[in-house]
Amino acid sequence: MAGFILKRLLQAVFVILAVTLIVAFAIRLTGDPAVMLAGGSNITEKDLQNIRQALGLERPFYVQYFDFLRGVLVGDFGRSFMGGTPVSLLISKALPATLLLAFASLLISIVLSVPLGVYAAVQRGRWPDQLIRILSLVGLSFPNFWLAIMLVLFFSITLGILPPSGMEGPESFVMPALTMGIILTATNVRLVRTSMLETLSQQYIMVARSKGLKDRVVLYKHALRNSAIPLVTYIGLQFGSLIGGIVIVERVFNWPGMGTLAFDAISARDYPVLQGSITVLALFIVLINLLVDIAYGLIDPRIRTE
Amino acid sequence: MALAQAAPASRRHFRSFELVLGVLLTGGMTLAVLFSGFLFPDGGESMDLMARLLPPFQNPAHLLGTDPLGRDVLARVIVGGRISLTVGVLSVLGAVVLGTLMGLIAGYYRGIAEVILMRFADVQLALPFILIAIMFLAILGTGIDKVIFFMIIAQWVQYARLVRGSVLALRDREFILSARAIGVGNGRIIFQHILPNVLGPIVILMTLNVANNILLESSLTFLGLGVDPLIPSWGGMLADGRTYLQSAWWVSVFPGLAIMFTVLGLNLLGDWLRDFLDPTGQTSK
Repeated sequence: MAGFILKRLLQAVFVILAVTLIVAFAIRLTGDPAVMLAGGSNITEKDLQNIRQALGLERPFYVQYFDFLRGVLVGDFGRSFMGGTPVSLLISKALPATLLLAFASLLISIVLSVPLGVYAAVQRGRWPDQLIRILSLVGLSFPNFWLAIMLVLFFSITLGILPPSGMEGPESFVMPALTMGIILTATNVRLVRTSMLETLSQQYIMVARSKGLKDRVVLYKHALRNSAIPLVTYIGLQFGSLIGGIVIVERVFNWPGMGTLAFDAISARDYPVLQGSITVLALFIVLINLLVDIAYGLIDPRIRTE
Repeated sequence: MALAQAAPASRRHFRSFELVLGVLLTGGMTLAVLFSGFLFPDGGESMDLMARLLPPFQNPAHLLGTDPLGRDVLARVIVGGRISLTVGVLSVLGAVVLGTLMGLIAGYYRGIAEVILMRFADVQLALPFILIAIMFLAILGTGIDKVIFFMIIAQWVQYARLVRGSVLALRDREFILSARAIGVGNGRIIFQHILPNVLGPIVILMTLNVANNILLESSLTFLGLGVDPLIPSWGGMLADGRTYLQSAWWVSVFPGLAIMFTVLGLNLLGDWLRDFLDPTGQTSK
């Protein structure tokens, strides 16, 4: 087990090094941040030199990279070009909004996909199964931001019952969370169904049924519990695409999260903020994946030998 | 209530229905886009400021209505499909060529090439690519070529892994050993004997990835990071239409439906292909 954890840890370290290296490299492509910062037109080469000196930009790339890496470790991502607020402060405000949305979406998707997936498995091959299957395919076939726009059209413009944007009060959560919840459900329903079918073909299910236990008890107490481990793992591994989706959906709803922070930074050419927010999100995803992997290895020893 | 019986025969009929629907949606959209030059010689660009924001289904000249500049929504939806299909197809072709080649080399020759490739693949699959693409496109600027480039970089690993796995399963089989015994060269073994045997899973993955990449391109363009906003594209139309959601729902609804029908068609085809070419489920998650 220790070997397994060590191997996964090493892998995660590699990924983290890759992410930070890519981000640091990308930021070098922006051109000269000194020119960016100086802004005005009557700037002498001397001024630029001074700014570069102050930012440490004249040092070789690897020195700057290690400096950036050290900053990441202590949570220091520099200061915003706009007003000089520390990037870490901006992130500490935006990250909770994004994570709240992520958990709300996950919750919705579990509430929707577990009963639907179990029902589809029980009805295998009959029309309810086919219908759920088609619906899940449809759910995988449109972009999340379009679903978001359609929800706004329906709930805010036609019915006028939900605020079209912002994060104020519980009702503002409904549409953003529903958007990602529905998108996740489309994948998860199929997962629940497959996982349930696999469990239902096991002998202990037959035993439970032949003992005369009710179908509902067999389904939810015996089968679903045993299907839960692969489900939880897969849902954990989806975290990356969930965050990627939320970043886009935040844009539609003006949600004050990491996506909005990053995109505002793009239009303002505020590269430290962009760099910081992308790095934090990426590291978050890598860490969650690592935890899920290790947890799965603990629960199911077969994974370790793979 | 019986728990999980074998699939009844109705499933097979349903499968054919899926295939027909998939072919109709994908084929219909592809044909419309291919002939969009004949159907709409103006490329959906001609404006008629007297006919701004016409609602759909009322004027035969503008079946799906007009946008805020009086441009025909139907024309722009069909012409906009060019971008989506081009990006979808080219990115997948690029990724499949690169990935298959690497996978064949790694699986057949093994050794250090395989070790490097697989470690590289592990790291790359763990990277949150959409975030990295957003950052690079924000810095380097937008353009269809850059979008395609990023998709190739993000996806070739999937093909490399798939092909390597298949090659490993094949390379010690009798027909390969006998080919080698009679002196067939490595190149010919790889391309004539091994490659045809791994085509099935590759085709399935390609179909699903064209669908995925169409979605991805529309997202990037919607965010202003994909294709030039002056070129008609589905993502771009959705970004424009959002501003007029209150007064003109059709500007936002129809491009989205176009994406949905195209991607649904491809997903149906991919699903059907998976059942047909890969009954043991190599490509399923």
